[in-house]
Amino acid sequence: MKEELLKRVVKGPDGVEFEVEPLRDYYCEAPPAVHPPVYAKIVEDLFNWARSQSIWILGFGTGCGAIEMRPLMTPRFDAYRYGIQWRPTPRQANLLVISGYLSVKTLKRAIRAYEQMQNPKYVVGLGSCTINGGMYWDSYNTIKRLDDYLPVDLYITGCMPRPEALLAGFEDLKKLIRAGKAEGANQYAENFDWYKTNQKRVIHDWDMPDYNW
Amino acid sequence: MRELHTRLKQLFPLGELTEQRPDLAFVTVPAAFLRPTLLHLRDREGFTHLVLLTAVDWLEEGQFQLTYLLTNRHAATTLGLRVMLPREDARMESIHEVWPTAATYQRELREMFGIDFPGSPRLHEEFILEGWNDIPPYRRDFDTLKYARESYNERPGRETHDPATHMKQKLYPGGA
Repeated sequence: MKEELLKRVVKGPDGVEFEVEPLRDYYCEAPPAVHPPVYAKIVEDLFNWARSQSIWILGFGTGCGAIEMRPLMTPRFDAYRYGIQWRPTPRQANLLVISGYLSVKTLKRAIRAYEQMQNPKYVVGLGSCTINGGMYWDSYNTIKRLDDYLPVDLYITGCMPRPEALLAGFEDLKKLIRAGKAEGANQYAENFDWYKTNQKRVIHDWDMPDYNW
Repeated sequence: MRELHTRLKQLFPLGELTEQRPDLAFVTVPAAFLRPTLLHLRDREGFTHLVLLTAVDWLEEGQFQLTYLLTNRHAATTLGLRVMLPREDARMESIHEVWPTAATYQRELREMFGIDFPGSPRLHEEFILEGWNDIPPYRRDFDTLKYARESYNERPGRETHDPATHMKQKLYPGGA
């Protein structure tokens, strides 16, 4: 556990001493909850249509695949014409693209970023490394199955997938969302303990709360 | 490079010079003479730049080899100093006062090879790995494949096409 997360007594500027317990004070203790569909299917369909039209990607490049996102953001491939934008913080994003291999160290940050994103949220695994380890299948520090640790809605194959493949993948993701099949966030909430067990099995220095949104 | 080696040999008990290119050579130094050799090269011979400090694990010989790569910018020559260490309880004198950048290399070597550099700043802080709980991963007796199989789940159905086997089957279908 990091020192800044430990329970301690802090002296304020006015000389009053008070106790700080960062894990309890700064984070929400409640586990994620399942987000049920709304009262009528036609309304839920409308919501899903709206969700599919506003995809905001978190600009977090975990591996070499992040290099394929740059031409997508810029005029050459211009994903913005499909209603897809990049955002700088997890709070403003609803799609986490795991771009390539994920080392254990990065997995920790990816989990934090995913949990801080607001519902509805989706995960896309990009490249063969997220599917079965790809060329890092025998690495001492790289996970091999992303869906053990985060709920993946869609995989895009390739090493690396070209920007065209990514655009096709995003279109497929839109179809999934419209069909109401992109339920990764609910899956994460339902199998929260299973995901946490898997995550803690590889992250040996777990120094964050179990759910840190 | 030969002249430099002759000059240095009068001062320090150096090994033979291995010339890889006209501007790149390697020489072995006993661990006790590394620091004076480095200081001499830096201050008298113009080798002012420590390019890298890395290690090789000679498992069969029971030794670690440290390579200190120095560059003389004006003469555009690079000299590598090799130091052989016993693999058991490996430790080496820290050179972070000679080149401050060496501290980073030494941190990495301690984490990845388990070589101790007493006195080097922030040596025992985690460098790349987080929460590592096995023997240092760059040591050759660390079984990477076994560790990966035990730690990370595999997805069934993965096929591997070894190029050698594939070409053999393609060129000699009946077996050669």
